[in-house]
Amino acid sequence: MATLTLRGLRKSYGAVEAIKGIDLDVEDREFVVFVGPSGCGKSTLLRMIAGLEAITAGDLTIDGKRVNDVGPADRGLAMVFQSYALYPHMTVRQNMGFALRLARVPRAERDRKVEAAAAILQLGPYLDRTPKELSGGQRQRVAIGRSIVRNPKVFLFDEPLSNLDAALRGQMRIELARLHEELQATMIYVTHDQVEAMTMADKIVVLQAGRVEQVGTPLQLYHHPANLFVGGFIGSPRMNMLPGRIASSDAAGVTVELASGVRLKVPVEPGAAQPGDAVTLGIRPEALMARTDGELAGEVQLVERLGGLTLLHVGHGADLPLIVQTDGADASRARTPIRLAVDAAACHLFAANGITLPHLVTHRLVA
Amino acid sequence: MVPSVAVLLLWMIVPLVMTVWFSFQRYNLLDPSVGGFAGFDNYAYLVTDPDFWVSLRNTMVLLASVLVITVGLGTLLAVLFDQDFPGRGIARVLAISPFFVMPTVAALIWKNLMMHPIYGVFGAIAHGFGFEPIDWFAEYPMASVILIVSWEWLPFALLILLTAVQSLDHEQREAARMDSAGVVAQFFFITLPHLSRAISVVIMIETIFLLTVFAEIFVTTSGGPGNATTNLAFLIYARALLQFDVGGASAGGVVAILLANVVAFFLVRSIARRLEV
Repeated sequence: MATLTLRGLRKSYGAVEAIKGIDLDVEDREFVVFVGPSGCGKSTLLRMIAGLEAITAGDLTIDGKRVNDVGPADRGLAMVFQSYALYPHMTVRQNMGFALRLARVPRAERDRKVEAAAAILQLGPYLDRTPKELSGGQRQRVAIGRSIVRNPKVFLFDEPLSNLDAALRGQMRIELARLHEELQATMIYVTHDQVEAMTMADKIVVLQAGRVEQVGTPLQLYHHPANLFVGGFIGSPRMNMLPGRIASSDAAGVTVELASGVRLKVPVEPGAAQPGDAVTLGIRPEALMARTDGELAGEVQLVERLGGLTLLHVGHGADLPLIVQTDGADASRARTPIRLAVDAAACHLFAANGITLPHLVTHRLVA
Repeated sequence: MVPSVAVLLLWMIVPLVMTVWFSFQRYNLLDPSVGGFAGFDNYAYLVTDPDFWVSLRNTMVLLASVLVITVGLGTLLAVLFDQDFPGRGIARVLAISPFFVMPTVAALIWKNLMMHPIYGVFGAIAHGFGFEPIDWFAEYPMASVILIVSWEWLPFALLILLTAVQSLDHEQREAARMDSAGVVAQFFFITLPHLSRAISVVIMIETIFLLTVFAEIFVTTSGGPGNATTNLAFLIYARALLQFDVGGASAGGVVAILLANVVAFFLVRSIARRLEV
């Protein structure tokens, strides 16, 4: 059992405020991912939870107990660092058993726990090696093993996969998900990689400039971003953003007129938005289709072929090129004209203050 | 490459061979009438001289004491100076500056300014508290020399160890904190193992120089009182330039070479093992 609550958590360095009041609940056995651009405060927030950074204001409670003034060792957490932070002069066995040794756990029990953790992580054959004799992925597993051995209430991960190559990262992602399943533990994971966030998280927390932008399941964030920032941050390639104005609105949705004069009816609630208000239309790359009767006209500037997928960069007037995701068999070539159809139901409208106009229909995969 | 190797070889081999050669000669600067091959007489005379064994012991006592003091204090100071505190930059400069004072001057400063029972700072302090000043070089001659030499070499140890402490990955220390290691446990389990290589380097370099300490002894005690502070280097000097016995001095020199090589052999072997990572 481990639940975490953050209430009005703040962190200042002198006059600079890095974390500007964060409220968050982490449920038992939940896999929570903090994601955000560099410098958004996600690592700082994790380190505040770990106890490595002092909390300036607010309350942090673990299982209902306020732990603001409890030292990192006594919060019952374990952390996996970006650099792994293995002790270079100790063997894998000693690394993993270090916390137990400091806690004066008898050797036999220590060995038993270390070997149990090593079995979970398939580290058995490497127990008597030193970290420098291991590969990156193995070191990563030792760092995780060091946390497992302590049997913590909550596992904290600080960008643990960013030092691995792409193939290994994919493999470790699966392994971490399996571990979460197997250990039935609460985990908090910091990353800037949205693939990691989308694939592993039960709950994603999007942070920007020390504030929470949105909390939700991966698909909630993808299909119902709360604001312009989340819409632009989640999803790769990025959502296309087009400026426009509201032409009219009714029960079936809001009609938006783009700078090029094209009108689209998006099924969202207008809320307080009035005709004539400036809005931003967000179109995911997969919501654009190359069709001869499409509403938008443009010219293909660049074709990125990924094999299974093809990305078209389509220029249209003064704005940034639109990115269109089509299938690998698409035959478009650069510097040829193209017409694009828009799946209006999948589009998003953001008011001038960046807040999303809520969709009339919730996406069927979002509970 | 051949010319440079040849020069280096000559550079090394000529003095070495001459020392060995003289050590088997009867050769006294005051008495040109004696001469010729001496066999092992010079060595026999040397090893039967009680001064020689005392000087060997003094050399090792000086070496070991200074190593323990500089490495021990240097490690503690390095950890201290790694912390953030106001005026750290100035404190670091002050701590390191003794290294730039030449040995002769350092010894004179300590002898006359600090330890002199009448004019010295220590004497004044003792007076201030109503104690009788200590005549350092008369009462504790070896301890005094050790103090001076340690003062000179502490900055070197501090400098090397401080850079080593600074290269310690801070995430390692944080991981240790998460593993519930206190300050003391962090020092012994994380910092000290991390410093082991730097400590080896400090020990090796200091050993080379501490085996040949001369100026500090020459300026302060001249090896005395009696032979209390005579180390091997000073003994050789005394043989050659006070007694003018070149043969005997050379025999002492050969012993010094052997001693340095024995020490170096063990040191280099143990350190080379540490450095091959």
